[in-house]
Amino acid sequence: MDRFFIFLIAGWSGFFVMAIELLSGRILAPNFGNSIHVWGGVITVFMLALALGYLLGGRWSLYDPSLRRLALILIAGAAAAIPVMLLGDPVLDWVFDLIQDPRYGSLLSATLLFFIPTTLAGMVSPYAVRLLVDQSQLSGHLAGLLYFCSTFGSAAGTLLTSFYLVLYFEINQILTGLIGISLLLGLLTIFPGNSKNASRQSV
Amino acid sequence: MTTPSTAMNIIHTEKSLYRNILVYEEDEQRCMSFTRHNRTARQSCQSLDEPDQFVFSYTKMMMGALYLNPHPRNILIVGLGGGVLPTALSRMFPDAGIDVVEIDPAVVKVARQFFGFNPNPNVRVFEEDGRVFVKRAGKSSQRYELIMLDAFDHEYIPEHLLTREFLLEVKTLLTADGVLAANTFSSSRLYHHESTTYQSVFGLFYNLRVELKNRVVLAKMDGLPLRDAIERNANLLEEKLKLLGFGGDWLMPLFSTDRDWNPDARVLTDQYSPSNLLNSAF
Repeated sequence: MDRFFIFLIAGWSGFFVMAIELLSGRILAPNFGNSIHVWGGVITVFMLALALGYLLGGRWSLYDPSLRRLALILIAGAAAAIPVMLLGDPVLDWVFDLIQDPRYGSLLSATLLFFIPTTLAGMVSPYAVRLLVDQSQLSGHLAGLLYFCSTFGSAAGTLLTSFYLVLYFEINQILTGLIGISLLLGLLTIFPGNSKNASRQSV
Repeated sequence: MTTPSTAMNIIHTEKSLYRNILVYEEDEQRCMSFTRHNRTARQSCQSLDEPDQFVFSYTKMMMGALYLNPHPRNILIVGLGGGVLPTALSRMFPDAGIDVVEIDPAVVKVARQFFGFNPNPNVRVFEEDGRVFVKRAGKSSQRYELIMLDAFDHEYIPEHLLTREFLLEVKTLLTADGVLAANTFSSSRLYHHESTTYQSVFGLFYNLRVELKNRVVLAKMDGLPLRDAIERNANLLEEKLKLLGFGGDWLMPLFSTDRDWNPDARVLTDQYSPSNLLNSAF
């Protein structure tokens, strides 16, 4: 059951990141356009945030790793995305007035709004690998499975958001749904009965 | 949209960051198109014998904006194409200040090289995203008596240029009696959404349609002028428009305020703008 939640969290986290990344292009367009350099700025920020997240997630997994803490990462990532809805417009307008060049404007805006939630999402995968692996000869196999779930989730998040969700919902409604599902999944994982320490169980 | 015949003579191709640009000659016309499949979206065409004559219905309808204000002194055009509109307007009004915003530097280059588009101190080109230009200009004291939105074609709509918020920013840029002309193209179910969106910002507008696919929206800040005012302006301009190959007899009957759309269609906003999905046939 723990493993199920680990894979589910990794898959959902992949979905969450790509859905937010696609919406971020939409969110920046009114202030910075949707030229190729705006997408360049967005993708750069997401990649850097994920890179840092991998580093931090792996590092944090050295200290008393648990499924509960993995769920806390998920919850923190969702919470960090809330300001995108609440502060998005004022932040974008502030940057618009501050920076003339839409390349650096979109880079700074994407950093301010999306860097922290994406970093937290990046922490999920390496942390989850630590929870799954108990024998070194299985490590590659399990890491492969986990990346499968996470990247499959990313593909699903990309497709569903760009093909369907934007056709029926407003951006903030989609964000609310994404954040809500993350919080729900995090709480379900932490809920008593699922809160056994995964590392202890696997030793 | 058209299927180029085998008589098509390609004279230039250019890959830009945004698209492939194709310049070709066919049936005594030189055209710029943006795709190289069997179906090409013609952006701009010029008659080789009479380069001043307008080829497309939609450019003629865009000039209908002059019936709402026959002497614009400051003009903003979003979307260059071959530069047909700025070239004609600068010839008609040599003293007018014309600003053109075009996102794609390659389009500007091709327009200059192959379509006789000639920027000068009165005709300035800004190579940037239309939305960014409009938002930035709105914060300055710059205002325009005529704004023409011409950034769409059949195949692709920059979705951030078809939202209520964008149109409100455009409205900020218009003088108290400013005129808006928007070339929108749509014939799909986007037509209804587009209509309610324009209506929500500009209220009543003239809706010019020919050949199903061509649609131009004309609005005025201080209310739509009545028919006789428009006819007066049409007479004033008749000589100048004849040089472009058309006149009031063609343009006047197109002026309509009939609402032929579903008034309940959801208004497009920055939060909800799936214009290309709504425009595709499904």
